[in-house]
Amino acid sequence: MATHAIDALHRDSVAEPDDVPVFQDLEGEHHPEGSTMLGFWMYLMSDCLIFTVLFATYAVLGRNYAAGPSPKDLFDLSLVAVNTAMLLFSSITYGFAMLAMERDDLPKTQLWLAVTGLFGAAFIGIELYEFAHLIHEGATPQRSAFLSAFFTLVGTHGLHVTFGLLWLGVLMLQLRQRGLIVENRRRLMCLSMFWHFLDVIWIGVFTFVYLMGVLQ
Amino acid sequence: MFSDTDLQKLLFGRLTLADIPYHEPILLVTFAGVAIGGLAVLATITYFRFWGPLWRDWFTSVDHKKIGIMYVVLAFVMLLRGFADALLMRSQQAIAFGANEGYLPPHHYDQIFTAHGVIMIFFVAMPFVTGLMNYVVPLQIGARDVAFPFLNNFSFWMTVSGAITVMISLFVGEFSRATWLGYPPLSGADMSPGVGVDYWIWGLQIAGIGTTLSGINLIATIVKMRAPGMSLMKMPIFCWTSLCTNVLIVAAFPILAAVLVLLTLDRYVGTHFFTNDLGGNPMMYFNLIWIWGHPEVYILILPAFGIFSEVTSTFCGKRLFGYTSMVYATVVITILSYLVWLHHFFTMGSGANVNSFFGITTMIISIPTGAKIFNWLFTMYRGRIRFEVPMLWTVSFMVTFVIGGMTGVLLAVPPADFVLHNSLFLIAHFHNVIIGGVLFGMFAGVNYWWPKAFGFKLDDFWGKVSFWFWTIGFYVAFMPLYVLGLMGVTRRAQHFEDTALQPWFIVAALGAGLIALGIGATIVQIAVSIKNREALRDTTGDPWGGRTLEWSTSSPPPDYNFAFTPVVHQLDAWWQMKNRNFARPATGFHAIHMPRNTATGVILGLISIVFSFAMIWYIWWLAALTFAATIVISILHTFNYNRDFYIPAETVVRTEGQRTDALAVAGRA
Repeated sequence: MATHAIDALHRDSVAEPDDVPVFQDLEGEHHPEGSTMLGFWMYLMSDCLIFTVLFATYAVLGRNYAAGPSPKDLFDLSLVAVNTAMLLFSSITYGFAMLAMERDDLPKTQLWLAVTGLFGAAFIGIELYEFAHLIHEGATPQRSAFLSAFFTLVGTHGLHVTFGLLWLGVLMLQLRQRGLIVENRRRLMCLSMFWHFLDVIWIGVFTFVYLMGVLQ
Repeated sequence: MFSDTDLQKLLFGRLTLADIPYHEPILLVTFAGVAIGGLAVLATITYFRFWGPLWRDWFTSVDHKKIGIMYVVLAFVMLLRGFADALLMRSQQAIAFGANEGYLPPHHYDQIFTAHGVIMIFFVAMPFVTGLMNYVVPLQIGARDVAFPFLNNFSFWMTVSGAITVMISLFVGEFSRATWLGYPPLSGADMSPGVGVDYWIWGLQIAGIGTTLSGINLIATIVKMRAPGMSLMKMPIFCWTSLCTNVLIVAAFPILAAVLVLLTLDRYVGTHFFTNDLGGNPMMYFNLIWIWGHPEVYILILPAFGIFSEVTSTFCGKRLFGYTSMVYATVVITILSYLVWLHHFFTMGSGANVNSFFGITTMIISIPTGAKIFNWLFTMYRGRIRFEVPMLWTVSFMVTFVIGGMTGVLLAVPPADFVLHNSLFLIAHFHNVIIGGVLFGMFAGVNYWWPKAFGFKLDDFWGKVSFWFWTIGFYVAFMPLYVLGLMGVTRRAQHFEDTALQPWFIVAALGAGLIALGIGATIVQIAVSIKNREALRDTTGDPWGGRTLEWSTSSPPPDYNFAFTPVVHQLDAWWQMKNRNFARPATGFHAIHMPRNTATGVILGLISIVFSFAMIWYIWWLAALTFAATIVISILHTFNYNRDFYIPAETVVRTEGQRTDALAVAGRA
């Protein structure tokens, strides 16, 4: 019986229709394309994990004021609201740039990218102003674990936006040189995902750090 | 050097002549050895005019096969360094009893055990694993390269940069004394003000970037570039374990990067994440580093499991027993590896409930692992086993790893762990699974795929010599450590009072000596094989009677791997092709689309070394300059749109013609 079973197994392993199966793709070439979006998604998820660590650190250390200032003393919600609006608007305008790209409209694409860049720069400007103000008041990253975690989380996001702006500038130059060719469209898609990703992270920061901080 | 110390500080940061350890005889001799050896290598390369080919065909290559080989070479070189550290420790502990202080002072001994751990994990095990995955995965799935060939080259050079940064610490300044995971507050600015911890931070940070990117690359490759017909459940088991390993890499290494950044900020900026004052919390570091650290051990072992599976099935002439259960076991291990991190610090005192949870999850991992062991045993059962060198390593692994696994389950019991925590029992346990699992797996893999990579087999005799010295040496070196651990001896001790312990340490040192002979035999094996390569030549491309697609192409494979993309119908694709009398087409070749080589990866790697060096020594102007250079070079790279070319059809015809001739000689045409 055992031999029989093994025979059956063996037959099974070679059991195919009677004609010899096709073992090679002899027609032109099989050239898999389009791993970039998947790869970039995975990069974003890995970046998301970095933010996860920073959020977790803020959650653990965020109330260790060490007799220093607390969120209530420091945060100016109306300023942060303006700042949030800047970033959200920049995401919408990036969306318009992508729509223009779909219509093969290079000037409109460039225009909306430029608007996106301006909103992004405004966001960074307001954030730098906020940081400078805090440091001026003595609420430095060295003051307490809460402030260390705050500056690192918000600052890392800001650093990402700054790199996004740099990337945006480079991409606009490349669009001017070569237009909406396949490579540039792919890059615009990647930057689009990056930009919206930073938006999502910011919504987390706004809720978790600012709103919940002041509500405490 | 300068009368004006401000100017000196500006130019050289905290680097002074006194930081060159010329007063330490051990380091001087090492330096002389490295310098003479290095000069000899450079002279040989220059004499034989290898610089051009080395640069064109290797350093700037985006070919996954060459990058894979370079990773393995890196791993071998670093193995020698890491093992030299092991010999130093074993000999120190064998003599440093009672009045005898040994020959290594504590500050030096502490650097050695830190360097040993860091190098063995990050620069031996990781490059080995990444190298083999890089080489084998695209061939097994019938692809021409990885998804992002340039990124692959860049990842490799980042790993090399990290390794070089750690190596520089040997001769300029010092290395970390804060253990391989750099726990604060010991690794904080107060307790470790020197450059040691900074070398550690930047070496790991830079290598970690490379590892994360290579993880992303290999996932995209496996998900997107499989040959037509190869559904996930028809994928070779090594590709499955590689896929899971790379998922773990992408999901774990960013955590290491983030926690290193936080420690960097504590040390450089004066923040309070892990300090004992102003609200910091050192235990936060323990949690974060082990949320990376535990998946890391599965990152290392899963590919080894894949190699053992391939080897067992090939050398038993049977389809792998329980392929589906093997896949599910791998996936379950992948998930569970994220739920056990706290077992590394049960003694933190999280309370009985938390400790029980992590104790139980840890024990559960042994179930899928046990299933794997049974699958290998059932593959061997009634198989026609050929005890070639890769199979020997596999059998030795099965015995050794089961022992290591059982001591692991023992340590997973929190009350037992309270007794054994930080003892030599733990050291014996993890060396048992890392040597018996990962390293044996890598040796099996190297012996198994060497003929694929170079077109000739490795010498059998010296392979067996190496195998026996390693296996016996391992048991002689680490079984005494189990005993010592049970007696309560703690790890990382530079000196012992109780002379009754000495015999055990002497036995362990002898074991390390046997392992040294094993490493020596490996080197001899490679040298002898290269010398006798004509006798060992394999012209068939399939020397072992393989089952998966990498054996269907020539050895070494052409740049494009496959002239025609394979079409897959079942798990053991090549086995089926052989059984169904597959006829290799001799005509109809097309031009093949390939990625172009680039120097950007090497250049960025070199600049990263300078950047880390500048950061470590507080040479701010140089750090700013090199950082800006990295950004500018990366941006310039994106302006190059000319990244691919076609291998003309005539070249393919010529290459495949040579293969036809070689097969005719071998009688397999």
